[in-house]
Amino acid sequence: MGLPRRDEIRLTGVTRRYGAVVAVERVDLVVPRGRRVAVVGPSGCGKSTLLGLICGLDEPDEGAVDVLGATDPAGRLDRCAWMPQRDLLLPWRSALANAAVPLENQGISRRAARAVVRPLFERFGLAGFEDHRPRQLSGGMRQRVAFVRTFVAGKEVLLLDEPFGALDAISRAAAQEWLRATLDAEPRTVVLVTHDVEEALLLGHEIVVLTGRPGRVTARHLVDLPAVATRRELVASPEFVRLRDQVLAALEQSAGAEPAER
Amino acid sequence: MASRVPADRAGQRPASSRAGRGWRVLRRYLPAAAVLVAILAAWELATAVFGVRDYILPAPSAVARALVDRWDGTLASATWVTLTEVLLGFAIAVVAGVLIACGLHFSRIARAALYPWLIGSQTVPVVVIAPVLAIIFGYTLTPKLILVALLCFFPIVVALLDGLASVDPDLSRLMRTLHGGRWAIFRRVELPAALPSMFTGLRLSAAYAATAAVFGEYSGSSDGLGHVMRQAVPQLQSALVFAAIALLSAMSVALFVLVTACERLLVGWAHEGKNDR
Repeated sequence: MGLPRRDEIRLTGVTRRYGAVVAVERVDLVVPRGRRVAVVGPSGCGKSTLLGLICGLDEPDEGAVDVLGATDPAGRLDRCAWMPQRDLLLPWRSALANAAVPLENQGISRRAARAVVRPLFERFGLAGFEDHRPRQLSGGMRQRVAFVRTFVAGKEVLLLDEPFGALDAISRAAAQEWLRATLDAEPRTVVLVTHDVEEALLLGHEIVVLTGRPGRVTARHLVDLPAVATRRELVASPEFVRLRDQVLAALEQSAGAEPAER
Repeated sequence: MASRVPADRAGQRPASSRAGRGWRVLRRYLPAAAVLVAILAAWELATAVFGVRDYILPAPSAVARALVDRWDGTLASATWVTLTEVLLGFAIAVVAGVLIACGLHFSRIARAALYPWLIGSQTVPVVVIAPVLAIIFGYTLTPKLILVALLCFFPIVVALLDGLASVDPDLSRLMRTLHGGRWAIFRRVELPAALPSMFTGLRLSAAYAATAAVFGEYSGSSDGLGHVMRQAVPQLQSALVFAAIALLSAMSVALFVLVTACERLLVGWAHEGKNDR
């Protein structure tokens, strides 16, 4: 084809309404390939709608969505993997079999699919839990299995919708650190949606702030943090504190008088 | 993220000895067995004390005697005939029910066109339709199979359709982002998720099957437990009637147990952590 392959996710003037409710309005967003962008905003600002629009499960009423050159829903679905807040693991399948689902969907045999996934369990700290049913795992473990499943789908783009929102604070901190290390080792183009500013700063290269309903982009912040080893050091660094304050201020402004969540 | 030892493991039974297992089975079924024994004893006693005549209410011992004396020649072949009707009819109902439910699930048009008639088919009273079928098909196996299948397929269709429709829509959305097409979603998500619901329907159907077969035999037959009853009632052979009833009940219970065993095998995951029932 003559057209150059676009190397980014680009939303141009995207509006989506559900009946009388305008979920997102005239959103412009660019995510270059390989970059991690965190979208923060108050609850109900259409963050999840945005992800549905990007991955092709939903279509905008106005505007255009382009994911690495694909504008049709099927093409976008081909390029995006979606990880929602709920792990949505199949309760009748073992952890290993759950993670192997994307491969089986592509026509790979059960055995071969599991053989492919097994080494990933080692790598992602799930060794020994292969044969556990989801209900035998902790929330953090389940979310890890869900991530491995997303990862196994082999998509270029990961769309994470408050992936650790259902976890308690301690598990969430561990999960965030785990995900950061994983994404550093296995770079992907990531759009992360969250209302947790710390999570956004820890996982994103760039932060986009959305207003409350209808969602609109109000601010952008580049995350430029010192390369330190631990999450605790990072969270305590002056750069982190300053950025967090800026983002919280933007959130407060966007939500009117209401204080931002958390 | 501590790898938590699953809490429910603590509540699970330890690997038990054979004796422990025997005791559990005993403790589970003993109460029901005790009730049965008590009722039979009271019944036996009542017939003896009040001198009830055998053709009005035979004592359990008389029923047992009839069961043994009339087994060869009458009850054995009748049981076999009825069992065939029940099992074949039930099998037809399961196959038809599953196919119909899946068809209706996949096609919105089929659902709109056929579902009302499906419900309509259940308003036809079996009592009325049984003689008509006997006229059309004669004293053959066919009308009984139709009756059993007709009564049994409906709970299966409704339960399975319900189960298929109540799958979490987010699961289907997720599957679409994981290379899942319509068929993959059906096979890996919808069908397994709907199985527990389907088995609820199957258990209901299992309870209807024997009744439907007897209805069919009442309306015209040359053998079967219904036929035996129809012959025995005018001759006041009440003990034989009760013996046939006992065999029918045993048949229903056996079918129910069979369905439950299949359920345990196929959807054991849905029962983990539930209380034993």
